Amino acid sequence: MHSIDIISTVLMAGGAFFMLTGALGLLRLPDFYTRLHATGKCDTLGEVLIIVGCMVYQGWSFITIKLFFLMLFIFIANPVATHAIMKAAYVTGVKPWKKGDERM
Amino acid sequence: MSKSEKAFSMVVTFCIMFVFCVLLSAWVSYHDSPGHFNLLHVCEGIIAALIVTVISHELLIPEKGEKVLLKTLRLIPYLGWELWQIALATFDVTYRVLHPKMPIDPRIIEFETTLRSDFALTTLANSITLTPGTITILVEPEKGKFVVHAIAQAPADALLVDQTMQRKVAHVYMEE
Amino acid sequence: MIETFLVIGMIIVFTMLLCLYRAALGPGVYNRIAATSVIGTKAVVLLVAIGYIFERPMFVDIALLYAMLNFIGTLLMAKYLVRGEVCTA
Repeated sequence: MHSIDIISTVLMAGGAFFMLTGALGLLRLPDFYTRLHATGKCDTLGEVLIIVGCMVYQGWSFITIKLFFLMLFIFIANPVATHAIMKAAYVTGVKPWKKGDERM
Repeated sequence: MSKSEKAFSMVVTFCIMFVFCVLLSAWVSYHDSPGHFNLLHVCEGIIAALIVTVISHELLIPEKGEKVLLKTLRLIPYLGWELWQIALATFDVTYRVLHPKMPIDPRIIEFETTLRSDFALTTLANSITLTPGTITILVEPEKGKFVVHAIAQAPADALLVDQTMQRKVAHVYMEE
Repeated sequence: MIETFLVIGMIIVFTMLLCLYRAALGPGVYNRIAATSVIGTKAVVLLVAIGYIFERPMFVDIALLYAMLNFIGTLLMAKYLVRGEVCTA
């Protein structure tokens, strides 16, 4: 195996591990606001790592430029969508969770 | 907008759009599917870039900007620091989720800043979302007030007491 | 190298099934919107991986388009839930 294959496999495995943690956080955390913390941060970085792994595997080609634009768009758009839906929940009146309450 | 500012913003936007077009279709040095650099493709690129420039030239270069070049040059090290912060943020969330006792203690905090312009407030709100442990909820542009949801006491202290991020953004946009 | 992409694709499909549990169960509408947005983001990565498995490089264009559609859909749902209507006409 070439060394480029090993580097890109390590990057993609790291990205898949972070995505798994993000989905696990959706199941485990007790409140809507804390669940958005897990998905908004872990999903973005996991996806950036997987796409960087694909870019490293491809070399210098036409598809690399398209993958770079996809990565830039995801990196900017995901936190904005997280903030928009958190603002909608706060203005409409969803109650936050304090330590010692039950799950909701 | 005065005429010279309008012409300047149109020219800069057209140049950026044309560079995108050439990069995506006409560059000759890709080694498995080389692009074509003849007259037909370059003309199509110019027409497409012109349409996009006429519709949306006011979004990229806003109206009253003094010393735009200096602010852009100061933005690049700030982006490097922010990429390091998002790596730290993901490790922090992974530790809190996978720990068997799940040490979280969420609270909502509010604070005020001295930044007033659109770009500075947007940069600070995006950076707060990408820092370990905090997400922006509300921004009020008149008084510069932020409402932030923090996941534990330690990241909330880093935002309220230390104020590192407000100082860095004020340095980039020259304390606006 | 094709086996690596196949394993990554299977892990992402398993992650989507975990998110589907929260989309079905979550009390209220906001949990469901967040889960759907997460499934959409993972679908973009799955499209890139499938493009490499079948050796057709055109799937990256479809992934770019779906990323934009997912972003606009989430913003539209947030705007509708705050105001009660999408555009004032």
